[in-house]
Amino acid sequence: MAERVTATPAALETLERLRARHGDLIVHLSGGCCDGSSPMCLRAADLPAGPHDQQLGILAGVPVVIDGDQNRRWKSPSFHIDVAAGPAGGFSLEALEDVHFTAS
Amino acid sequence: MAVVQQTVYPAPGSPGSPVSLKPRYENFIGGHWIAPIGGEYSPNLSPATGQPFCEVAKSTSEDIDLALDAAHAAREAWGETSVTDRAKVLHAIADAIEANLEMLAVAESWENGKPVRETLGADLPLAIDHFRYFAGAIRAEEGRTSEIDKDTIAYHFNEPLGVVGQIIPFNFPLLMAAWKLAPAIAAGNCVVIKPASPTPWSLMKLVEVLEDVVPPGVINVVTGPGASVGMALASSKRIAKIAFTGETVTGRLIMQYAAQNLIPSTTELGGKSPNVFFADVMDADDEFLDKAVEGLVLYAFNKGEVCTAPSRALIQESIYERFMERCLARIALIAQGNPLDESTMMGPQVSKAQLEKIESYVEIGLEEGAELLCGGERFAAEGEFAGGYHYQPTVLKGENAMRVFQEEIFGPVLAVTTFKDEAEALRIANDTPYGLGAGVWTRDTSRAFRMGRGIQAGRVWTNCYHLYPAHAAFGGYKNSGVGRENHRMMLDHYSQTKCLLVSYDPKPMGFF
Repeated sequence: MAERVTATPAALETLERLRARHGDLIVHLSGGCCDGSSPMCLRAADLPAGPHDQQLGILAGVPVVIDGDQNRRWKSPSFHIDVAAGPAGGFSLEALEDVHFTAS
Repeated sequence: MAVVQQTVYPAPGSPGSPVSLKPRYENFIGGHWIAPIGGEYSPNLSPATGQPFCEVAKSTSEDIDLALDAAHAAREAWGETSVTDRAKVLHAIADAIEANLEMLAVAESWENGKPVRETLGADLPLAIDHFRYFAGAIRAEEGRTSEIDKDTIAYHFNEPLGVVGQIIPFNFPLLMAAWKLAPAIAAGNCVVIKPASPTPWSLMKLVEVLEDVVPPGVINVVTGPGASVGMALASSKRIAKIAFTGETVTGRLIMQYAAQNLIPSTTELGGKSPNVFFADVMDADDEFLDKAVEGLVLYAFNKGEVCTAPSRALIQESIYERFMERCLARIALIAQGNPLDESTMMGPQVSKAQLEKIESYVEIGLEEGAELLCGGERFAAEGEFAGGYHYQPTVLKGENAMRVFQEEIFGPVLAVTTFKDEAEALRIANDTPYGLGAGVWTRDTSRAFRMGRGIQAGRVWTNCYHLYPAHAAFGGYKNSGVGRENHRMMLDHYSQTKCLLVSYDPKPMGFF
């Protein structure tokens, strides 16, 4: 299967740094409200992929997943992950470094 | 036409502003302002200018521990306080907010970017009323008594849960705090609350006016990133319930923590609300048609940063051209810029990240073939507001299967489509993973009732939209969350049921 998720070098570096600091990670593509419709980077043990999540690919050793229904409704797009200044919302770990991931 | 004097409030901290400003704000714990243990602070920006105007505590899990200590220390006394006295405190909170309404409205507008006419006219009055509503509701609560048989009675008492955690979003920094705090403390709980990272300061200004009103430890506020303080609070073994408003992945995470700790959670997780306009709205050119046009344009309320934003307009095809013409003319009148100018109708988005996400979604919509009916780019504000996060009210016409109809953009972007008949309207309305809000506009009350019952959403505004009165339950179907707010049933969400099962029969059962 072709990788449906790619990332900029800066995003990959950030993921590697977060992994060194927090251990195994997972990125969920979030839907809805406030900080939603954006990547949420969590400790893998905190919110492992659920039975209805689909894996889009692996970036810097970090699986990137999306809710299956959301994926179908969004018509299975490919995502390009980048990182930008300003803290992430939700519980996404990169907020601790005052940056946030973006998906386009 | 009479000229109405519109106030332009000076920015908080500047001469003539009703809002005083300190360089930095600490956490509010146990009735005191407490510096974060790690000693770190974050700059807090106004989205109107993109410039920082104060600092707030960048707390850690240690600060959450302190807040939980304070809440637990206050728990027993507050839980045992009579409902009469608890109601008095809620009334005093409402009075204190009312006495500072203008100050808090200006503070919230400056921090969030929502126009001050909204905070003065909606957010603050609703927050005040919310405390009064729950002050009344708690006085009227009563347990039930069940007669099992003539000698056996089950007495049901409502008891507080204890200490609860609450995490609120950035879009209504004060009203969402009121929605969560009022029922929790009315029911006798003590609270540790975390405001959203882009809007922590408004709540600190609120706490300043409540300092001498609320007993120490009943309300504790800790600011900081969700990834540290939000997570520490939600996963703590020392909370009896967690309440959250935000997006879906964090909602799942919150429910997972709650599952691990075997505690209840309530979540409110957003939507992609349909706003359905039947052809008969144009049967007359009258006040009602005017109201329906406004009902569509309400997608721009709070710059579209509302979980229930009517972000999908479904218009019956026979009136589409004529109706949209009126709506677009109304949208063209939306005045943008300084949120502290009372004539401003739409302020800046809450953050640069939010602004960029909106831009990216409009791009996605156009790539998918949506037609741009208006907007579609940033708004060029002038002077000191040039660096703010302003975006034009935007309308995209397309099909419900497009991503801009399926994904919550959380900005002033309306996705419009048409339908042929009632059955198709209902199908499109329900073709979404969410079910928080919906609107139905028609002069035919039978149709309004059928549609209202048929739409799978927790709130169906019928011939109105964006009204949030206390005593009207609010919450989601489907992926929009679990639980309700804004109604006295919230007292159940914040109470434990104690059943005393009493036998008045002196005779033994006879088993042993």
